[in-house]
Amino acid sequence: MHAIITVIGHDRVGIIAGICVALAGVNVNVLDISQTILGGMFTMVMLVDVGEASVPFEKVGETLDEEAARLGVNVRIQREEIFDAMHRI
Amino acid sequence: MLNKREIFETQHMIDREHLDIRTITMGISLRDCAHGDAKVATRKIYDKITRCAERLVPVGRDIEREMGIPIVNKRISVTPMALVADASETEDYVPFAEAMDRAAGECGVDFIGGFSALVQKGFTSGDRKLIAAIPEALAATKYVCSSVNVASTRAGINMDAVRLMGEIVKKTAERTAGQQGLGCAKLVVFCNAVEDNPFMAGAFHGVGEPECVINVGVSGPGVVSYALKQVKGEPIDVVAETIKKTAFKVTRMGQLIAREASTRLNVPFGIVDLSLAPTPAQGDSVARILEAIGLERCGTHGTTAALALLNDAVKKGGVMASSQVGGLSGAFIPVSEDEGMIAAAQAGTLTIDKLEAMTCVCSVGLDMIAVPGDTSAETISAIIADEAAIGMINTKTTAVRIIPAPGKAVGDTIELGGLLGSAPVMPVHTESSAEFIHRGGRVPAPLNSLKN
Repeated sequence: MHAIITVIGHDRVGIIAGICVALAGVNVNVLDISQTILGGMFTMVMLVDVGEASVPFEKVGETLDEEAARLGVNVRIQREEIFDAMHRI
Repeated sequence: MLNKREIFETQHMIDREHLDIRTITMGISLRDCAHGDAKVATRKIYDKITRCAERLVPVGRDIEREMGIPIVNKRISVTPMALVADASETEDYVPFAEAMDRAAGECGVDFIGGFSALVQKGFTSGDRKLIAAIPEALAATKYVCSSVNVASTRAGINMDAVRLMGEIVKKTAERTAGQQGLGCAKLVVFCNAVEDNPFMAGAFHGVGEPECVINVGVSGPGVVSYALKQVKGEPIDVVAETIKKTAFKVTRMGQLIAREASTRLNVPFGIVDLSLAPTPAQGDSVARILEAIGLERCGTHGTTAALALLNDAVKKGGVMASSQVGGLSGAFIPVSEDEGMIAAAQAGTLTIDKLEAMTCVCSVGLDMIAVPGDTSAETISAIIADEAAIGMINTKTTAVRIIPAPGKAVGDTIELGGLLGSAPVMPVHTESSAEFIHRGGRVPAPLNSLKN
């Protein structure tokens, strides 16, 4: 099962590292990353596979929330289907 | 992979434009709960609802979390209770509403609909008992919603039922006077009621429906408003195209959520209802869409035309996005639940007469309108008759959900709370309709009902 993670916040050292370590900790595999700085804001979109995650989806979200709080960024995880439904026929 | 623009567009719709799934409604047949002993029947009703809908709320929450889109309401609709209770040897139908209420509370849903009767052509003894029980049932319960179908294109208008419902609306308001007539916000009088409506207060599980079904109602006035702001000054066909594209995207969300809920609950998917349902929140208003089309204020000249365009474009966009479309599927114009409608009514631009014209071209009817507490039962019946006539002749659903606010006069506002919002008390015509209403009888079915 694929999910999209979006991370937005003030740029600093270690955002990608922190998010990826958090994901590795719950066995979520990163499939693709697109990251840029838009007007000084760190903006990242990740495609991940949560099919083999060691915890339920809800816990993956909580793990990310904890890491996001530590990094001072906003993070969100949503299943890929919601975007496919809206933007792909 | 999806591009960033698409991902952030969806997130913007959810975060800033109030995109949500308005309701997942589980329809449950209670036809197998009829019993001669009312105590046995109400126990069977409670047991069946709680058994079928046990997982509805947790599954809804899981989907909400995983998809990242709010599902505002989880609801239940049941077989019109008059059909179920008719078999019981009792005069008092309030315990049936109380059984529904207890079951809804146990399941954790927001509302349960179906304390209903279908009397477009006449009453059974059960129908009469149910209608008589409505004021007490709505006062004694928290979650129960009631509806009565008094007319249809095929049957005409049951004017005895229209007269009766005027009185019932008044009694319901008086019985819930302590809450500003809140009971009336949970009571709908229909013409051409649909059997698969997921929206309250008019939802019930029709007799042609399966044992159990999942229906989903989408929303999205805020998303349409936002899209229209991007095409300011463009010709009206660009407006229609923009609404269509937006409705398509919104409905695809509904289809996805409906399929997901249906699979997880192991209950068949019924329909997606394409309605544009507003909330009292800023930026989630149907009136503001009409204003974005180019009207200074909702209710002025041009409002009916703009609403007709909106309603049609929503259907055209939505119908391609869902495999099964049903319910009411159109724009709702509930005054108290729409911030822009409230403002327009307070300014005096939006009147009941204009709203009546608007109901000719959009979903449902005179919805969530507060009128003075001293409005007579006959005037309310006459308002119902007018709406029923519009529905009957135009082969569409119309309804009246009106609150004769106890002790309130024009200029006052009643606060109903939550999604029900607040309603400015609107003036009604004071000339009497009593002689017309007291005639009783039936308005014959119109010529356009003879299709065979």
